[in-house]
Amino acid sequence: MNFMAIKVIYFNEMLRFWKTLFQSIASPVISTALYFVVFGSAIGSRIEDIDDVYYGLFIVPGLTMLSVLTQSISNDSFSIFVPKFTGTIYELLSAPVSFYETLIGYVGAAATKSLILATIILVTASLFVELNIAHPFWMLGFLVLTCISFSLFGFIIGLWADNFEKLQIIPLLIITPLVFLGGSFYSISMLPPLWQKVTLFNPVLYLVSGFRWSFFEISDVGVGLSLLMVLLFLSVCIALIAWIFHTGYKLKQ
Amino acid sequence: MSSIVSIKDLSKTYNSGFEALKNINLDIKKGEILALLGPNGAGKTTLISTICGIVSPTSGSVTVDGNDIITDFRKTRAMIGLVPQELTLGTFDTVWGTVRFSRGLFGYKRDDAYLEQLLKDLSLYDKKDSEIRALSGGMKRRVLIAKALSHNPEVLFLDEPTAGVDVELRKDMWKIVNELKSKGVTIILTTHYIEEAEEIADRVGVINNGELLLVEQKVHLMESLGKKQLVIELKESLAKVPSSLDKYNIELSDDGMHISYTFIVKDEETDISDLLQEITNSELHLKDLKIVQSSLEDIFVDLVKEK
Repeated sequence: MNFMAIKVIYFNEMLRFWKTLFQSIASPVISTALYFVVFGSAIGSRIEDIDDVYYGLFIVPGLTMLSVLTQSISNDSFSIFVPKFTGTIYELLSAPVSFYETLIGYVGAAATKSLILATIILVTASLFVELNIAHPFWMLGFLVLTCISFSLFGFIIGLWADNFEKLQIIPLLIITPLVFLGGSFYSISMLPPLWQKVTLFNPVLYLVSGFRWSFFEISDVGVGLSLLMVLLFLSVCIALIAWIFHTGYKLKQ
Repeated sequence: MSSIVSIKDLSKTYNSGFEALKNINLDIKKGEILALLGPNGAGKTTLISTICGIVSPTSGSVTVDGNDIITDFRKTRAMIGLVPQELTLGTFDTVWGTVRFSRGLFGYKRDDAYLEQLLKDLSLYDKKDSEIRALSGGMKRRVLIAKALSHNPEVLFLDEPTAGVDVELRKDMWKIVNELKSKGVTIILTTHYIEEAEEIADRVGVINNGELLLVEQKVHLMESLGKKQLVIELKESLAKVPSSLDKYNIELSDDGMHISYTFIVKDEETDISDLLQEITNSELHLKDLKIVQSSLEDIFVDLVKEK
C-alpha cells in the first residue's frame, strides 16, 4: 500500500480547498442564510408545524443534505476531471499507485470538504433556529456515509465526463431535482397518495428522511430502511468504480 | 551491458482499430541513451506510454529490471521517470509544491535537501515559489524534468523533450541528459530531430507505422548505412562523362562543372583509388574535390522510404 501517495493526493486536494477558502465557505453560508430568510422567516411563519417541529427547524436536515450532495459530487467530479482534461493525469497513471489508493485520496478529500461544509451549514442554521440533535452519532453516521457515497458518485461522473457540459448535466438535471423532490423541504405525508408512492422511488428521500430522524425522531420511512438505502448506494458506487478500474474505462486506452 | 528494459512481442491496437505498435522487440541497456526516431504518429509515444503504464498493451510483455510492468507495476514504475511531450502541469501549483507532490506520489518521504539540489541542478531554484503559470515554456519543461527526477529514477523517458524549444534550451537539455547519463541513469528519448539523436544518443531506434525498423549503435549505423559522396569540381565544363567511368555511375551536374560519385563506406566493392586513377587517365582537369558524408537524417529518410 502506497500510504504516502494517498497522503499527498489528499493534502493536495485539501490545499485547493484552502486556496479558495472564501468561495468554499461564503457560498454555503450565504445560500443557507437565504433559505432561512425565505423559507424560515418569510414563508415558514405561515406554514404549520410538521409533526410538531417548527418549519424553519424542519428544513435544516434537508437543506444540509442539499448542499452536501451537490458539493460532494461537484468536488470530486472536478478533482478527477481536471487532471484528465489538462493531461496531468499521466502522472497518476505512471506512478506506483493503485487505482484504489488514488480513489481513497480523492474521495477522502472530497468527503472531508463536504463534512466541513455540512458543519458550516449547521452552525449557520443554529444562528436562525434552536438546533437540538436527538441522535448525534446517527446524524454523524448518515452524514459521513452520504459524503463518501456522493463523493464516489462524483468521482464516477468525473471519469465519465469528457467535457464540461457532461460534468454539469447530472448534478443539474438529475441530482438537484431529486433533492428538491425528495422531501428536503416537506414531509411526503403532505403529498397526495399517488405522489407519495412515486417519491418512494427517489433515493434521496431515504437520505433526507434518515438524516432528519437523527435530529427530530420523525421520518417519512423507517430509519433502518434509510440506512440500508445509503449502504446500497455506497455499494453500487464502489462496484461501479471497481468495474471502471478493472476495465480502465475512460482512464486508460 | 545488461538490459534494464526488455520488450517482447509488444503490440497495441486502439479501440478505433488503429495498430499503433506491431510486434515490437527491444532490449534497452542499462546506462545507455537510446533515441527513438520516427515521424509523427509512428508509435513512439504509444511505446513509452505502454512501458510507463499509461496505455495498456494488447499483447506481448515488458519487463523493467526483470519485473513485469503489469503484475509488478509498483516496482517497475518506481524505477521509471517520465517527461511527457505536452507541458501538462497544474497552472496554479508552485514549482516546489508540484515537485514535492510527485515525490510523494512515488511513495518517497519528504526530502527537501534532495529536491533543493535537484532544482538547483535544473536552474529552477530561484523559481521554486513561483506558480507554474508564471513560467516560460522552457522553464515548464524543466519543471517536468524535475518532477520526473523527484524520486531518483533509474530509467528516464523523455518524450520529445526539445519539441518547440529554442536552440539554446535544446543544448541545455542535451547537457542535462548527458549529466544524468554520467550518474548512471538510462535514458530513452523520442524525437524527430535527427541532430538530437546524432548529438546525444548511444543507440538509435527507428520506428515507423508501429514497427521498429532497426536498433543500432549510432556509430555503427552511420558507418554501415552512411553514404559518402565524392564531389569533384572541374576546371572546364564537361558535356558527357567519359565512357571509361561508366561502371562507377558518375553523376554530372547540369552546368557540367561537377561530377559526383556516391559510395557506401563499408561496401567492399568501393575502391576510391581505382576511381581516382581512372579520372586521372581520362585527362579530366580537376579544380577541387570534397567528400560529403550522409547524416543520420538521410539514413532515416532512406529507411522510412524503403518501408
